Amino acid sequence: MERVAIIGIGQTKYERSKRGETFADLVFEVVTKALEDAGIGIEDIDNVVTVSNDFWDGRTISSMAVTDACGAYGKNVSTVEGDGTFGAFYGLMRILSGSFRSTLVVAHCKGSEGSNHLITNAMFNPIYERIIGLDSISSSALQARRYMEKYGVTEEQCALVSVKNHRNALKNPFAQIAMDITVQDVMRSTMLSDPIKLLDASPISDGACAIILAKEEMAKKVATKPVWVKGIGHSADAYNLGDRDLAEPEALIRAAKKAYQMAGIQEPFREIDVAEIYDAFSYQELLWSEGLGFCERGEAGGLIESGATDMGGDLPINPSGGVISAHPVLVAGLARIAEITIQLRGDGNGRQVDGAKVGLAHGINGPCGQAHCVWILEK
Amino acid sequence: MMPKGKYPLLTVRSEIEQPYNYSLGRYGSKLLKELRDNKRIVGIKCPRCGHVYVPPRQVCGKCFVKMDEFVEVSSRGVLDSFTVVYFSFLDPETGEKRPVPYGYGRIKLHGADSEFLHFLEESDIDKLKIGLPVEAVFRENRTGSFKDIKYFRVIRE
Amino acid sequence: MGQRVAIVGTGQTYHRSSRKDVNGVELIQEATARALEDAGLTRKDIDAVVIGNMDHFEGINYVDMWSIDGNGGLHKPIMKVTTGGTTGTTVAIAAFYHVASGLFDTVLAIGWEKNSESDTTAAIITCADPFWERPTFGGAIAGLATGALGYMHRYGITERDAALISVRDRKNAVKNPYAHLREEITVEDVLNSPMLAYPIKLLDICPRTDGACAVVFASEEKAKHLTDRPAWIHQVSTRHNYTFFTDVDRSGRMPTLYEACMEVYRNAGIKDPLHELDVVEMYTPSSFAGLVWIDALGVCDEGEAVKLVSDGVTEMDGELPINPSGGVISTNCIGATGLIRVAEAAMQVSGKAGEHQVPGAKTALATGFGGCHWSDVLLISSRKPS
Repeated sequence: MERVAIIGIGQTKYERSKRGETFADLVFEVVTKALEDAGIGIEDIDNVVTVSNDFWDGRTISSMAVTDACGAYGKNVSTVEGDGTFGAFYGLMRILSGSFRSTLVVAHCKGSEGSNHLITNAMFNPIYERIIGLDSISSSALQARRYMEKYGVTEEQCALVSVKNHRNALKNPFAQIAMDITVQDVMRSTMLSDPIKLLDASPISDGACAIILAKEEMAKKVATKPVWVKGIGHSADAYNLGDRDLAEPEALIRAAKKAYQMAGIQEPFREIDVAEIYDAFSYQELLWSEGLGFCERGEAGGLIESGATDMGGDLPINPSGGVISAHPVLVAGLARIAEITIQLRGDGNGRQVDGAKVGLAHGINGPCGQAHCVWILEK
Repeated sequence: MMPKGKYPLLTVRSEIEQPYNYSLGRYGSKLLKELRDNKRIVGIKCPRCGHVYVPPRQVCGKCFVKMDEFVEVSSRGVLDSFTVVYFSFLDPETGEKRPVPYGYGRIKLHGADSEFLHFLEESDIDKLKIGLPVEAVFRENRTGSFKDIKYFRVIRE
Repeated sequence: MGQRVAIVGTGQTYHRSSRKDVNGVELIQEATARALEDAGLTRKDIDAVVIGNMDHFEGINYVDMWSIDGNGGLHKPIMKVTTGGTTGTTVAIAAFYHVASGLFDTVLAIGWEKNSESDTTAAIITCADPFWERPTFGGAIAGLATGALGYMHRYGITERDAALISVRDRKNAVKNPYAHLREEITVEDVLNSPMLAYPIKLLDICPRTDGACAVVFASEEKAKHLTDRPAWIHQVSTRHNYTFFTDVDRSGRMPTLYEACMEVYRNAGIKDPLHELDVVEMYTPSSFAGLVWIDALGVCDEGEAVKLVSDGVTEMDGELPINPSGGVISTNCIGATGLIRVAEAAMQVSGKAGEHQVPGAKTALATGFGGCHWSDVLLISSRKPS
């Protein structure tokens, strides 16, 4: 694969409710930040990919709302409706085709404007599954229970994810929920949908994120610290929750395999220095760690207990605080890419993983992580 | 193997209600405030191309530049285009059928470069023509809503 | 540095106003199966899937995930692209880039819509800004009506002139077994049809259709083994310049369509589209748009499309046939409509269009329209790009 780099990134602070800002305002903020970060002007952007979702925005053709703000005037533009990692994938392909030197990818979401329950309920089969009131939380609870039962993972082990990530978030100025809590705090928090408790769950968030991808020639000319795309992969699993074993992240395993193959990675735990993975709920960081091959199946509870995924451990996971600390849907995957970029540039300040050279960013789409997208980035 | 004989093709009715709290943003809020408090319409001017946009928004799409110069535009303008809608349809805002016929127009307010969509008082198609002068009719009780302008009236004097 | 891309197979459902016999996933599967068959492939051979539709039409969130049983994407990379009316062409363009990037060799593009399952106008209204444009907006019909009135005023075209487009397209649809509406109509029929939003009457506007379309895109290497009649994608272009309907620059030709066409022609070295193109599958949401926007294709001067059409230039036996498939006015399953334009254009240059084939067609243009004047343009030819 031809060499393409990330040359600019921009994020908003993630908040529970950005009442004063429209989608367009958020998009303009991050696009401006990304352009400044890259040291280029909008005229140097050859094409734009926006990422948004009609249900989340309460707006059919949700991309229309941000046309002015994303600098698409007079340019080729497209829209991906799915997690930001998939949008970035499309942006990358448009460069690899040879048609464009640079792509701006920008995602936005305001969870505060709609009803999370109704919007995620709408993901499910209208005839068979919606009527039981499934939404992102209750469906994920099913997956958590299945995973825990099958592999003997405990609620306390899951709680460690929440403790670790919320503490990491204290050093991330963009994170929404940063706090120092204990496993007891998590165990005592309000039960939402057994076994998922309030502190096991990501918040409702507003925010946006933008990244600028550029082909090698341009990246070398423009960027002081380009971060190179070494491997990418995505894959999707079955839809009906009953059609798959929720404890087996098959789609992630396939996606990761492709990404690792491209990047020449054979021992992910050893060769990757830092990872930002999509922990919408605490159990997910454990489950996805196994799917990514960081440890054997069922061993992720032991991994986190060993401290290996803490800051300062062998493979720090979610130094940014992860999705559990800020969850603007669709944006969160792109933010994982942005955070890894920050790490590989050495710009992490208080959340920097020392000497990070190879990083992994991960996003999910659909109920219970039906689809996964994995990015391997390198300094 | 499919069961023998005929069987009815069923459909399942489902009505989705999706509540949203859209943010108006600072720019839109300013316009609604002016409508409510001062019966004034404001637009925003691009510092680069000088285009005055109504309704106001942060970014001039063409120039990709942030705007912050609010300008008052007239509540009078020219009817740039219009239609009278005859077919009834479900209004997603109310969940009810929107009453028809109703007329709405694209209005170029004096002082603005872009157009403004609003209802027209007139719904008789034969009495409407492109180029007619129109003016906003404000409600007595205004609440800070787009509908503080009741409709645009053709100036026939 | 990118690889050449060709369409090697297409599939459509027989479009109808209501398909009660299938649910959405089954509808998608019909088109997918047909496209795979046409390409001589099985699901195994597909490397990635791109799918699109308009969410609020069927009320399903994350359609790419929901339709996995029917779209061939199980255990494969799949993504969803959606841009309103242009969804179909946007999906085609996305599939093109998937292959052109070199990361995938065989990609399935799917567009679909089950319009019968919801209130189309209500759903479309939500594309407008909730404060400034939704209260007045009467869906696509009313929006197109204000545009049509503007054209009548500006260019002096009449309702009778616009009706020619509906008559032409509906006549062509008779020869297209997949089309939804397959009866000829006359200019009088159009003028006498119920007025929806002045000046748009029932027969000036597209119908609501249930339907799906799937297209298989392949790399040069794969295409070589699959077909001796590949339809090569030469150029693609998109323009979407506006957020508010009232910002659209209406001082000249349809701005985004014109810009996108000019970019395609410039990159392809086309100087005289009227003669260098053999057929156009044009997204014409209304008869008025279908008439006036012809000048945005660069095949005549601004405002001169009426003459072109009444002279028969765009008829099946004319210099540049437009919409041999019957176009959008005969079939409009919104998420699929743009992709159908691409599929039909590919069928034309591959000589697979059966009774509605334009004889000897080698180079075709497919266009898409939607959103706030979103325009997609694709140039497809039986000649391999250099």
